[in-house]
Amino acid sequence: MNLRADTLRRIDEVITHYPQKRSAALPLLHFVQEDQGHVSTEAIEWIAARLEVEPINIYELVTFYPMFRQKPIGRRHIKVCRTLSCAIMGGYRTCSEFQKQFGTGLGEVSPDGEVTIEFVECLASCGTAPVVMIDDDLHERVDPARARSLSEKIKAESRATAGTR
Amino acid sequence: MPAPEQHRLIFRHIDEDGYSNDLACYQRNGGYGVLRKAVLRKPEELIDEVKKSGLRGRGGAGFPCGVKWSLVDRKSGKPIYLVVNADESEPGTFKDRYIIYRDPHQLIEGIMISCFANKVERAFIYIRGEFPEGAKILERAIAEARAAGLAGPNILGTGYGCEIYVHRGAGAYICGEETGLIESLEGKRPYPRIKPPYFPAVLGLYQCPTIVNNVETLCHVKHIADMGGEAYAKIGTPGNTGTRILCVSGHVQRPGYYEFEVGKVTMGQLLNEVCGGPLPGRTFKAVIPGGSSAKVLRFGERYRGKRKAGAEMVEYDWGVEDIPMDFDSLAMIGSMGGSGGVIVMDDSVSMVEALGNINAFYSHESCGQCTPCREGSLWMKKITARMVHGEARPEDGALLKSVADQIAGRTICAFGEACAWPTQSFIAKFGDEFKGYAQAKKAPRADGVPELV
Repeated sequence: MNLRADTLRRIDEVITHYPQKRSAALPLLHFVQEDQGHVSTEAIEWIAARLEVEPINIYELVTFYPMFRQKPIGRRHIKVCRTLSCAIMGGYRTCSEFQKQFGTGLGEVSPDGEVTIEFVECLASCGTAPVVMIDDDLHERVDPARARSLSEKIKAESRATAGTR
Repeated sequence: MPAPEQHRLIFRHIDEDGYSNDLACYQRNGGYGVLRKAVLRKPEELIDEVKKSGLRGRGGAGFPCGVKWSLVDRKSGKPIYLVVNADESEPGTFKDRYIIYRDPHQLIEGIMISCFANKVERAFIYIRGEFPEGAKILERAIAEARAAGLAGPNILGTGYGCEIYVHRGAGAYICGEETGLIESLEGKRPYPRIKPPYFPAVLGLYQCPTIVNNVETLCHVKHIADMGGEAYAKIGTPGNTGTRILCVSGHVQRPGYYEFEVGKVTMGQLLNEVCGGPLPGRTFKAVIPGGSSAKVLRFGERYRGKRKAGAEMVEYDWGVEDIPMDFDSLAMIGSMGGSGGVIVMDDSVSMVEALGNINAFYSHESCGQCTPCREGSLWMKKITARMVHGEARPEDGALLKSVADQIAGRTICAFGEACAWPTQSFIAKFGDEFKGYAQAKKAPRADGVPELV
């Protein structure tokens, strides 16, 4: 496992928060996923060894909790809320618009590798529906027009950083 | 009758210009003054204040907080844990988000007072995974409080110490169920525990006595410690004390969060005056009053019965608009105040499609431990999805109801009820719409009416 020094430092620190090491399983999964983009089999085994549990004890978390993934995703992660308050304000149209903009289906990596779009359950911002999270940022009242402008912005940022990749 | 003014206790500062979420701003506004006084009192006195206040939990069940605290096993010799339920996930609810993002120190002060009262030395804030920024804000706020001697070891020179840690969830609704949350915090799948014997107050986190309280509830504790339990109990109505944040979403002119004395505002005042009424050219059709698992109310239906008014029993005859927004009134008419999430649907919405949306949520979120819930929630989702995207049959309503009726009461946790109640209430109140859906969906879809399934 090739984790960044900062990730290793965070892992060492977070384990001290709990009287029992196993409690640090979710934080470690988050840290490793943030570091590597997804949770590989090797990562599952590494976390299990670090917390002195069996790999199955970590694997069963990865398969249960929706936020953990075993495969890489696009460079940007677009999560559109699907649940009732967003849906009645047009969340399905918002989601279709993002898919159209990047020419990709749900849960796939777009052909340009830029995004993965997901339809997720309630993001707890129902008063400003429909809402979308792009990576860690919440965007409110995202109608199809705003979905287009957000998509444009992602594409522009991608072009700007393409030289540095 | 015009709607009463909002009574902002928890959200007093939240929309003020220049109010920021750092310690300096909080202290400029009197922050941590209540904690400073509280640590000079006996912990038992603070628990008594909370009991006297009549505070009921704001997460969903409305269980009296003082009773919850008095059930804690204090003789076992084991450490007592406080776990803050910040896993805000009930669809329609978004109050805790604003507390965490805009006024985190209010929550931390409430936590510290509650920990001091209950002799807790380690507290965890279990925050939903979808609030990554919220988790960072809380971590920074805790670090600020710790550096100022307001959290951590030797708080305010008293010798009493308590650490608070932030623990991020990872997208599972069931972690809002308190025993599921505890399992998750132990690093396991969040399968709710069987009660008895696993009452958190006795056998909670690491098999130690544990208090699990909602974010808003703990903020109320701060105000109770400030004004005293008796003064707090005078706010609101008897049995439904204090203020409550109501989150309104869906088809109203001004959705958002509003804080009122509990029971002082009616559904009609809230939706028509405070939220500006229906969208142009529309009328209200249905409202879910307390998060998506609460039973739906149909505009036009009447609720009749007898209720307590002081010492007397009086008759009531209410429409949806007349219902006072408190725990007891909403329970009396067959629904619940739940988490305070009010979801409004106007006459553009198909109830079959709305239920299809809700069923997809509960099917996705069932933890899978109990067969009636795991299978039942999936079947209900499949039936409503078929009605919308495939063939709809007149008998589907009865079929849905028969599935729902076999879930509630047959599961380890309340998720069984939560996923059955929407189906049961939608069929009971909009049964004709389910019978006539096959016919209705042949008509071309009106412009602008969104898909829900």
